[in-house]
Amino acid sequence: MKTANEYTFTNLKAGAGLDAALKAGRTGVISELREAGLRGRGGAGFPTATKWNLAAAASGEDKYVVCNADEGEPGTFKDREILTLRPDLVFEGMTVAAYACGASRGVLYLRGEYAFMRPALEAELEKRRSSGLLGADIKGVKGFDFDIRIMLGSGAYVCGEETALLESIEGRRGEPRNRPPFPVSSGLDGAPTVVNNVETLVLACAALANGAAWFKGMGTEKSPGPKLFSVSGDVKRPGVYEFPFGVTIKEVLKAAGGEGARAAIVGGASGYCAPAPEFGRRICYEDIPTGGSFLALGPERSIPAAAENLLEFFAEESCGQCVPCRLGCAALLKGLRSGAPLAELVALGESMQVSAKCGLGQSAPNVFLSMARHFRKEFDRRKN
Amino acid sequence: MKTPAHSPDAAAVARRHGNDRAALIPALQELSAKGGLTGPVLAEVAQALGVPEAEVYGTATFYAFLGAGKKARCVVRLCGTLSCELAGKKAVAAALERALGIKFGQTDKKGDFALEWTSCLGMCDKGPALLANGELYQSLTPKKVPAVIAACRRALAAGRKK
Repeated sequence: MKTANEYTFTNLKAGAGLDAALKAGRTGVISELREAGLRGRGGAGFPTATKWNLAAAASGEDKYVVCNADEGEPGTFKDREILTLRPDLVFEGMTVAAYACGASRGVLYLRGEYAFMRPALEAELEKRRSSGLLGADIKGVKGFDFDIRIMLGSGAYVCGEETALLESIEGRRGEPRNRPPFPVSSGLDGAPTVVNNVETLVLACAALANGAAWFKGMGTEKSPGPKLFSVSGDVKRPGVYEFPFGVTIKEVLKAAGGEGARAAIVGGASGYCAPAPEFGRRICYEDIPTGGSFLALGPERSIPAAAENLLEFFAEESCGQCVPCRLGCAALLKGLRSGAPLAELVALGESMQVSAKCGLGQSAPNVFLSMARHFRKEFDRRKN
Repeated sequence: MKTPAHSPDAAAVARRHGNDRAALIPALQELSAKGGLTGPVLAEVAQALGVPEAEVYGTATFYAFLGAGKKARCVVRLCGTLSCELAGKKAVAAALERALGIKFGQTDKKGDFALEWTSCLGMCDKGPALLANGELYQSLTPKKVPAVIAACRRALAAGRKK
């Protein structure tokens, strides 16, 4: 376990990832990341090398690299930690992605809640421009032109969904697009666009600087490498923790001082609620996947009350574009409050999972459904 | 000094951010902080950027931090999501209502303060947390609330002098 200020990336040498990338060449970067098995850290876990390769192969002159710094999943704050401690590595990761894909324009989409970080990030960008790490002919490589601007969000969870995020950068309501086409072929302003999470970009630098073998030496077969966890709720030491993928729920609770928990919500409001008997389960793509949110519920906590809070969140954050999510989130919340039969609410949740348009609507009922399965009696008692 | 109902140069603000749709949200963010996105402001922005007025309205009202209409000089947004709930947001909310004399969802008579709930602020390890005009306050307790409001009042007074 690693805690504050001693994450894998904390002591990574500035520029080491970019230097390794320039040495490896464009295709070398992608093959190294493929070998490392790096998967996106935002939650979906898409292989980074595949994404970059698709963008590199897409036709188009003005490609984009977009950093998704819109972490809005309840209980997630690990990107805040990275952006505070090592913003240089985030921009370096974007620059490496631009080099690999042939992109010339970059946008960091910073959630509106983090507006207070913007001055420091702008200063970092300015520093990079004046030292030749952004702009024309970066590091003296002819034709390697790339710059980054910051776009500030305005309070919309759904904009963490990559196509909603692109809509927002374009000046529109953050309503997810139909996919395909995927952003790698048609993204921002219709140009091929790579959208990566903050942590993913930093780990790309780390994997290139230290090598694929180093990276694969941590984690599990299908989930290689380290992962940051934002731990909150009923624990003695909330904060950001780093573990290799494959860590058990019990180990995370122990590190943060939450051994007495009766349940842990892994992956945030759209994740999974594990009851105490499942604390031996592993957090990785083979078992319980996560974008990093980890929320402990202590022995005195009411499970239906937690479900209600998270459904309030979704009822507020649904973009309203598709019916299953717009009406479904509100109906689940209302049903939970009014004591509607649990079986009916479960059926509604399950139909949302298969009928909503985007990841938000499809995953909105997840935590509620796992709570209903593991804590049925508590829900049945709620009207008495 | 009287402040005008809305910024008289909404069009100029919009154009400073660009001349196309991509300038819309940054322009709305700035104007929202300068008194709010009233009908005349939205209309001026629409004309300046060549975006249909209905779409400007639709975009403004989509985002929780924007929204149409006049805005309080200081919007206090308390995180309502689960980690802050577990950390004691309800007691902090009650203290805020007492300190400001308004309920959540309301604006005070002078137009100085509005109280709103907001979704997860990403301060889950330091909750309960709130944003007041973008300024972050964390690890709140009911006892700390009067000092937070006093700090907001000082910031408002300093803003008026400018």
